[in-house]
Amino acid sequence: MRNLVPVLAVLGAILALWYAAVAPMNIRGALDQAERSGAVVVPEGSAVRARTGTWALVFGNTEHLGLAYALDRPRLPTPGQVAHELWKTTGEMALNGRAMSKRSLLYHGWITLQSTFWGFLLGTTLGILGAVAIVYSRVVDMSLMPWAIISQTIPIVALAPMIIVLSSQMGIEGRGVPKAIISAYLCYFPVLVGMVKGLRSPSASQLDLLQTYSASGAQAFFKLRLPASVPYLFTSLKIGVAAALVGTIVGELPTGAISGLGARILIGDQFGTPLAIWAALVAAAVLAGALVTLLDLAQRVTLRRMGMQG
Amino acid sequence: MKDKGDPVIVAKGLNLTFETGDGPVHALRDVNLTIAKGDFVSFIGPSGCGKTTFLRVAAGLEAPTGGTVTVNGMTPDEARRKRAYGYVFQAAGLYPWRTIAGNVKLPLEIMGYDRAEQDARVKKVLELVDLQGFEKKFPWQLSGGMQQRASIARALAFDAEILLMDEPFGALDEIVRDHLNEQLLALWARTGKTIGFVTHSIPEAVYLSTKIVVMSPRPGRITDVIDSPLPKDRPLDIRDTPDFLAVAHRVREGLRAGHAYD
Repeated sequence: MRNLVPVLAVLGAILALWYAAVAPMNIRGALDQAERSGAVVVPEGSAVRARTGTWALVFGNTEHLGLAYALDRPRLPTPGQVAHELWKTTGEMALNGRAMSKRSLLYHGWITLQSTFWGFLLGTTLGILGAVAIVYSRVVDMSLMPWAIISQTIPIVALAPMIIVLSSQMGIEGRGVPKAIISAYLCYFPVLVGMVKGLRSPSASQLDLLQTYSASGAQAFFKLRLPASVPYLFTSLKIGVAAALVGTIVGELPTGAISGLGARILIGDQFGTPLAIWAALVAAAVLAGALVTLLDLAQRVTLRRMGMQG
Repeated sequence: MKDKGDPVIVAKGLNLTFETGDGPVHALRDVNLTIAKGDFVSFIGPSGCGKTTFLRVAAGLEAPTGGTVTVNGMTPDEARRKRAYGYVFQAAGLYPWRTIAGNVKLPLEIMGYDRAEQDARVKKVLELVDLQGFEKKFPWQLSGGMQQRASIARALAFDAEILLMDEPFGALDEIVRDHLNEQLLALWARTGKTIGFVTHSIPEAVYLSTKIVVMSPRPGRITDVIDSPLPKDRPLDIRDTPDFLAVAHRVREGLRAGHAYD
């Protein structure tokens, strides 16, 4: 309970800032709308207002400020509006039995989650295998590691369309596979780096000790290096799963996808529906939070069962 | 099976030079030493005198660049494969994900003992180091001294005849150390192991050993080998007797002679 106070305080501060920012962000739209409906605004005419400072508009039209918080297409929606939109496209639709409708964020979230899962699986597998190869072979360390680092310097937005084109060239139908590849591309790196560090974490004397038992390489791996790397692995997995989600969403953005949270964001942008964008953004954040929390839980349970306090 | 007094570790003209960026470092130069079965041999000297290196060479963890060392008449590598020795490091190095029993089992699992045999041996050696009842505890639940006792139990688990200990109590405070020294002597008396023991502490070396090897650095070499006149039965207050003080004095002289304190 002691931790709840600071958490709520930060949350409250963010919401307060957000609400405070809504009035100046939306004041022009609100005044345009008020003027059209015949109300008196200062100054009159949107061309004149375009040359007037934002704060002058806010303080000169305090009676219309309420409107800034209730626009249909606000520049910045209020947290309440976003929450309402989110509910409308998730919980409400689910209650009406339309959870998997094409307009439901649950449907789009599910599409994104699937790609994230496959990308995460692929990226994690590659990351772990790469780390093992790097730890056991100096040649691989010297040859693979630079490429791994270079791979992360290329903007994924530039790479994503190429991966889509290449995979369709290779006759792969649909967006699932290329999205998973893009997702894995972002996700393998933290797993690789973390696992290399984890597999190398046993001290020289611990390795010497195994040598005094004439232990085989496989025994050293399974009895020492692998268990020693588990705490590092989980830390990497948490970063990796968030990266995988970002990768999937980026994979849905510039590629003409029509389903998935990334596609919702792009469509919201093209059709000028900021509420849809914000709802999709929040849905993505909630999804990421849930995935990281799930892994955190798995970490605690695993480390406790291994006897290492999480 | 060897009898008491037979040579176990024999080093002849042993040399070990490490090539470093700053030129060669003579870790060991012309070391000749015989350790007999049942001996408790301490290696004492300042840092860089090669005492740890000697232990590592005898254990086959380091290869000499000259001379020979044999363990039970075999090369260190062969002796290791025959499980001739258990090694205890300064850091207990217990696996945090294994219980105390699990840690002691580690060498037994690697060496392929069956389950029942593993359990029996774990029980036996944990009693030897006075840790019965701690089987299911994890290392972080034990004090530093208890962790080091567990690591000694681990080294004893597969019945090696030789116990090589590299500053096993170096990181512990003096009170715990006294206690562990007493326990180690009792354990040595009960098991009749041959023990090679590296230490920085003169009282520890004199209290424990039947033979004290005084070494000095640059190059690492033996400056004195002292056969202790102390009786095998040693209560802690033997450290106030004239015999004890005489041996300690000779060790100190040996250390001073080999080291200019520059």
